[in-house]
Amino acid sequence: MTLPLFEAGGDPGPNFAALLRSTGLVPPEPDVPATEMAIAHATTVVAIRCQQGVVMAGDRRATSGHLISHRTIEKVFPADRHSGVAIAGAAGPAMEMVRLFQLQLEHYEKVEGKGLSLDGKANQLGMMVRNNLPAAMQGFAVVPLFAGYDTTRGVGRLFQYDVTGGRYEEREYAVGGSGSLHAGTVIKLGYRSDADADEMIDLAVSALFRTAEEDSATGGPDLVRGIYPVVAVIGADGFERVADADVETRFRDLLASLEDQGGDS
Amino acid sequence: MTMPFYVAPEQLMKDRADFARKGIARGRALTALSISDGIVICAENRSNTLRKVSEIYDRIAFAGVGRYNEFDQLRIAGVRHADLKGYTYSREDVDARSLANQYAQVLGQTFTHEMKPMEVEILVAEVASDPGGDQMFHVLYDGTVNDESGYTVLGGEADSIAERLGQTYDGNWGVGEAVTAAAAALAGEERALEADDLEVAILVREIGRRAFQRIEGDELAELMAGGTSD
Repeated sequence: MTLPLFEAGGDPGPNFAALLRSTGLVPPEPDVPATEMAIAHATTVVAIRCQQGVVMAGDRRATSGHLISHRTIEKVFPADRHSGVAIAGAAGPAMEMVRLFQLQLEHYEKVEGKGLSLDGKANQLGMMVRNNLPAAMQGFAVVPLFAGYDTTRGVGRLFQYDVTGGRYEEREYAVGGSGSLHAGTVIKLGYRSDADADEMIDLAVSALFRTAEEDSATGGPDLVRGIYPVVAVIGADGFERVADADVETRFRDLLASLEDQGGDS
Repeated sequence: MTMPFYVAPEQLMKDRADFARKGIARGRALTALSISDGIVICAENRSNTLRKVSEIYDRIAFAGVGRYNEFDQLRIAGVRHADLKGYTYSREDVDARSLANQYAQVLGQTFTHEMKPMEVEILVAEVASDPGGDQMFHVLYDGTVNDESGYTVLGGEADSIAERLGQTYDGNWGVGEAVTAAAAALAGEERALEADDLEVAILVREIGRRAFQRIEGDELAELMAGGTSD
């Protein structure tokens, strides 16, 4: 690999995607409809604002049609120090989008010597989703959630997208994926604007549990194999993933409380 | 018909080298030290925005002296090289040695083929999990690569600064001691360098993915006042 040097006119600047294009490393667009292939789909993700910032969570299941293709995939990732991205949709393109997005932010920060603003990051992701539109029309849709701690304003913020790259900032919570209807309802009922991260982690855990009961594409906690949803808190200290043991405890508490109620729900 | 004057290749190379050296000697020097906490890079630089020391990749830092626009172009090319390589293969596959070789190729090519050699010296440093594994590559204006260990100095008066630093250098220094010693060596006997005159960064040995951290402002002033603390 040689050192990428450019003439002043053709310099891609701090844009990693433009650099990839100029070096010919961009993979070709898929021209086969996804319906002809069984590809993995990632499902339910949620993001909830809290006093410390934002809580993000996602289940661990990927499905291909009616089959479970992966039990342990992760859908919640740090985008950089103070932001995170959660994905729903075609798993392969989604993972690639997250990887490129992470690199894009880091590359910009290193080249420019200063990171992008939170709005800048949200717009970048919107553009990437927009660029994926031709693939989305073939069935490879990727719909992310983006959340971060805005260090200039000192608040957590979250953004929802549609397949066309439309960017919508939400004030309370955002949900994505196949189970979004159920997860959204649970969060809507339990949300309080003055709640702290601890309460909202419980709410996210409960939302994913309830969703897994209703939506076959959403995975619940797997107590046998020890697989639990990925939960992360993004606050002033940055993106921090909640330990699996902590998530397990919360699930066990939730199960115990449901048993006390006699299992009705 | 006019005949071009014959210039002996030795003379041509010597003239180019003298030109580059003069350009580099006009700028201010910088030094890098490998200590138990990581690699400390300390540059004399009064600007807070035009950086000499920067992050390239997870455990790799870049530092340059001489003409700012020339080494900054090389820095950005290095960031691109590293990010492209990490994207194409994996993050573990990005290393300082291959980057230093790439820089050497470009500098060597420019030195022999272009109108003007680049008036820069650069450092590519990579921190390892133990001090013995630290790598510091010092690349000269003509593409010569030196693999340094312990400490290295780039820029004008590098020899006298290196001599001063060599008298006291200790790999077990804390960060504060290393910065204080580096500042004293860069300053020489006649003057003293304050925190405002320095640009300091460290590749921290014990940290997660991105090891590069700047030490600036009050933090740097406290570190230099404390001397021994870190």
